[in-house]
Amino acid sequence: MSQKLVDSLQREFGTDILAVDSPRGDESVTVAPERLLDVLGHLRCAGCEQLSDVVGVDHPDRAERFELVYLLRSYADNERVQVKVNVAEDAPVPSAAGVYRSANWAEREVYDLLGVPFSGHPDLRRLLCHHEFEGHALRKDYPIEQGQECARPEKLFTDEDIARAAERANDLVSDPDDVHDELHPSDLLTVNIGPSHPATHGALRAEVLLDGENILEARTEIGYIHRCFEKEAEDHTWAQVMPYTDRLNYCSAMLNNSIYAMAVEKTIGVEATPRAQAIRVIVSELSRIIDHLVCVCANLVDIGALTNYWYLYNVRESIYETLEKLCGSRLTTNYARIGGMSHDLFDGFDAEVRTKLDEMDVGNADVMKLIARNRIFLDRTVDVGVISQEDALSWGYTGPCLRATGLAYDLRKLAPYSGYENYDFDIPTGTNGDTHDRIMVRMAEMVQSRSIILQALDKLPDGPLNIDDNSVVLPPKESVYGSIEGVMNQFKLVYEGIQVPAGRGYGFGEGANGELGYYCVSDGTGHPYRLKVRPPCFPIFSSYAELVRGGMIPDAIATLGSLNIIAGELDR
Amino acid sequence: MAIDLENPSNFITTRVRQAVNWGRKYSLWPLPFGVACCAIEFMSTVSSYNDISRFGAELVRFSPRQSDLMIIAGTISYKQAPILKTIYAQMAEPKWVIAMGACASSGGFYNNYSTLQGADRVIPVDMYVAGCPPTPENLLYALTQLQERVEKEGLVPAAERHAGRSEARG
Ligand code: SF4
Repeated sequence: MSQKLVDSLQREFGTDILAVDSPRGDESVTVAPERLLDVLGHLRCAGCEQLSDVVGVDHPDRAERFELVYLLRSYADNERVQVKVNVAEDAPVPSAAGVYRSANWAEREVYDLLGVPFSGHPDLRRLLCHHEFEGHALRKDYPIEQGQECARPEKLFTDEDIARAAERANDLVSDPDDVHDELHPSDLLTVNIGPSHPATHGALRAEVLLDGENILEARTEIGYIHRCFEKEAEDHTWAQVMPYTDRLNYCSAMLNNSIYAMAVEKTIGVEATPRAQAIRVIVSELSRIIDHLVCVCANLVDIGALTNYWYLYNVRESIYETLEKLCGSRLTTNYARIGGMSHDLFDGFDAEVRTKLDEMDVGNADVMKLIARNRIFLDRTVDVGVISQEDALSWGYTGPCLRATGLAYDLRKLAPYSGYENYDFDIPTGTNGDTHDRIMVRMAEMVQSRSIILQALDKLPDGPLNIDDNSVVLPPKESVYGSIEGVMNQFKLVYEGIQVPAGRGYGFGEGANGELGYYCVSDGTGHPYRLKVRPPCFPIFSSYAELVRGGMIPDAIATLGSLNIIAGELDR
Repeated sequence: MAIDLENPSNFITTRVRQAVNWGRKYSLWPLPFGVACCAIEFMSTVSSYNDISRFGAELVRFSPRQSDLMIIAGTISYKQAPILKTIYAQMAEPKWVIAMGACASSGGFYNNYSTLQGADRVIPVDMYVAGCPPTPENLLYALTQLQERVEKEGLVPAAERHAGRSEARG
């Protein structure tokens, strides 16, 4: 698909393109680190508006120990391309933060976890591990269990920062003769929000510098529930990673399950059966609904509209019942499997889901009655936390937050998977990119999800649930208990793991909050060599400090809720 | 209403301590230290279906100075640990702590460089709730268990209750 971009790179850079590769259809080019910025700049001009993520891979046995993969995407042409560089330990890589804003945090993460230095980075500090941490946790030689205690939290604004902020504010004052406008550093108030604060809905932290009631500057810090998903993945087999994916975005675990299974299937080179795909669509859309419900209800509580919480949360609770019936757990579902699903739907699932969807309609209608023309709600959300489409793309926005800026981009439509191309649905968009639009896009998306589920229930295909491949899927129980081959098969799959062929694949789908992707690198053993998650809310939250600057704290809270930052997925 | 001192059926005799403990038992004010997935189940516990107010503990306070029951719902990382410690210290005595879920109790299935192996490494915990995440019913059961203890033990400060706690665990 992205052959065009690769061709244009080859024309432009000739022999500087060291290699071209397309593992599992993901076109990638390798360049020397010195040429990286030129290549990224060229791609940006050629229409790649977004840097989705930067993946770092450690190869301790190679002279050029670290491999960095830049995942780029063009919305206009609906294409993707990956750019790779290989660097030796301690050799600096030029920072792409000047080309793509999303590079800022993505590179900080690589620096933190792998210790690759980026030259010219505006703020190269640790991101996920605490500031007293020594070493780099994702390097292959860092032992997974070696914890390091942290004595005290980091201060986000030093005295110099405050003085500089005051200076900058003074420089901006229009009338230099007005003595009252002169701002002294002691006039500024630092307010810390989080990491244990009701409005952050999870362990996030922001520190704001206030001039009166206005936020002069903000800084954010994450990593408070960094649970080392990626390191844990390397320590487990491919199948054992599944329950860990539940806990990434714990508001919509089924989505994480399904997309993870899909990513590994892509790396192996198999595809789930039509029935499994349809079931994945149904449970994914149910998950999208409960994710949106909890986002909207919590957002509304934050701006004082408590009643909506009960209306929406009851629906969520009711859908939980179905999920619990389906897989035995309300939140951490662990339902998908590589090559299929853990088990089939229960009898009566169809009717039950239809009832639940009707309940959702009632709940949503009640809420819309309360908020659609509510003056307070509109005052609190319209033109609050506005982001333009161009900025949103550069920051790495995807999903509802991007669609709220008016761009109708949905992976289910533009890079369809699991048979989404067979369903008829719309992509709701906003116009303004503000808090109001983000809420409304989510409300509208629930209606679309409902329609997708109904269509999927109507034409749910019969046939096998799991693919017929004993090297991927566990053998049926009769065979395990009845034959030596079955026992051996089960033993090898459980004990050694699925032998994913050496290679790589980037599997992605539309998560509740945007593009959720897994970059899988396999070395042919039963364990992932590297598994990088591209969580949708990571790039979104990186823009938060920028988004709230100039506003007030209540606006910052309303904005945060509408971005739907789930700390489990943010910190991994 | 005039008090009829002549009629004995108008009196209930009790000890002040018992009356206070009974009152305290049904008016625990929880501070949710919600950091991860378990916090979502805490939300379910306070919402209308499970309705924690049936047990008198619905007054969720996010200020540690106004609450006497900390519910640790989620994974505590080393980065988070000093904050947990500070917030616990800010709560007034007498105070109780429930560790909700496998992570808060023991680190859960995260045995790695970033995860504290149980909140009790930094602060004393009174009640551990199993589950990943525990269901709302589990949490409510833990709450009722704790209430019984509150009634029995009463106004013993946490520092005294956990006096025998080994230094190694905090
Ligand atoms: S115990 Fe389980 S559900 Fe609770 S925070 Fe830990 S991983 Fe999440």
